[in-house]
Amino acid sequence: MQRLVNSIEKGIVIDHIRAGTGVRLFHYLKLDQADFTVVMINNAASLRMGRKDIIKIQNIIDLDYTVIGLIDHNATISVIDGGLIVDKKKLALPQTVRNVIKCKNPRCITASEAQSAHIFHLHDAGARVYRCAYCEDHIQGFEI
Amino acid sequence: MRAKSLISTLDFTVEEQDDILSLAGRIAAAPGDYGHLMGGRIMASLFFEPSTRTRLSFETAMLRLGGQVIGFSESASSSAAKGESLSDTIRTIDKYADLIVIRHPKEGAARVAAENTSMPVINAGDGGREHPTQTLTDLMTIRQAKRRLDNLVIGCAGDLKFGRTIHSLARNIGRYKNVSFIFVSPEELRIPTFLRAHLDAEGIRYEETADMERSIGGMDVLYMTRVQRERFFNEQDYIRLKDVYILDTHKMRLAKPDLAVLHPLPRVNEIAYEIDRDPRALYFEQAGWGLYARMALIAKMLGGAV
Repeated sequence: MQRLVNSIEKGIVIDHIRAGTGVRLFHYLKLDQADFTVVMINNAASLRMGRKDIIKIQNIIDLDYTVIGLIDHNATISVIDGGLIVDKKKLALPQTVRNVIKCKNPRCITASEAQSAHIFHLHDAGARVYRCAYCEDHIQGFEI
Repeated sequence: MRAKSLISTLDFTVEEQDDILSLAGRIAAAPGDYGHLMGGRIMASLFFEPSTRTRLSFETAMLRLGGQVIGFSESASSSAAKGESLSDTIRTIDKYADLIVIRHPKEGAARVAAENTSMPVINAGDGGREHPTQTLTDLMTIRQAKRRLDNLVIGCAGDLKFGRTIHSLARNIGRYKNVSFIFVSPEELRIPTFLRAHLDAEGIRYEETADMERSIGGMDVLYMTRVQRERFFNEQDYIRLKDVYILDTHKMRLAKPDLAVLHPLPRVNEIAYEIDRDPRALYFEQAGWGLYARMALIAKMLGGAV
């Protein structure tokens, strides 16, 4: 276990996650349902960030980059093989988010229309504000 | 290809909108020429919540174009009362009609309707946010009264926080050149943050004031709104604020001689009845212009030979 926390041979490391955000990301990526080893590290020391969260996944899987970008687009993703970083993924705030988050406006049609998709469009990248495609209510990225 | 729908007030470009308003003007000048334009066409009028004015205006518009109307005027008489989803209702109506006009209490309902049909959909009001054909009516009235939609100072008074007609009008007419706004309201009913952010982002000039008497003289158009009881959680707040800005003869004396006074109706008491005789009071003409605007909209959407 100690070896996995320090390094992995083959898998994915999501690093530089804003401290306190890792658990949410863990659940949104459904890593709690994984049948392979996953390590969640909270409040690791970081020269750049002070404190950060890290998720280490001992498997190469298809990650939902929209979800990761939505929750923390400053996180870094490294794909590891043979103990070496073989690929790095750059994240961005997604322009459109579909069926990841739900509108909190009780007057929104998506609250009562079961088959309706939950779609949000990026409204203000600087403030990380998304807008519901139906009722246009705003949701702030950090609230997600 | 999905037909063009009118869900939000900004769905049409200024050019498309001007085209509809011009057609509305031609229809108003010679309505008999357009009496058979929609012959054989059916409009589904789906009103999931009560609305006398808008529903009758749409249904009259279609009938005056020679078309026919099916539909219901409250959700209790639709399958929604049995628990049917909106999308299932729309998929069914899709097989019957050529055009859907929908009013629904939920915000975004018209967009869901448009996603579930190949027919054009017109939003006749969904929740507290959008009512684009009221805006078309308002623009038509201003255009007829002032002969232009640019270079205007638009005053808006009353409930600017919850009044969706004001929000849609400001976003829409703000696209025309040199239009500015004077928003007159008590502190509690000032324009919402999203509208202020929109106006700021688009560089549209506006001022906010609580003083109607001092500001009315600078307006070309005064758009009055009702303080709506149903928007308040607290009855005391409603009673305290409903009479705050009443337009009366005294205030009208301070206004320009060619001011155009608009109101989406129904009025409660925010415009004194004595003002009805003032030629600057256009709110009943406004209802008439709304009919022609809706006739033009239906004709454009169904591609009649116009």
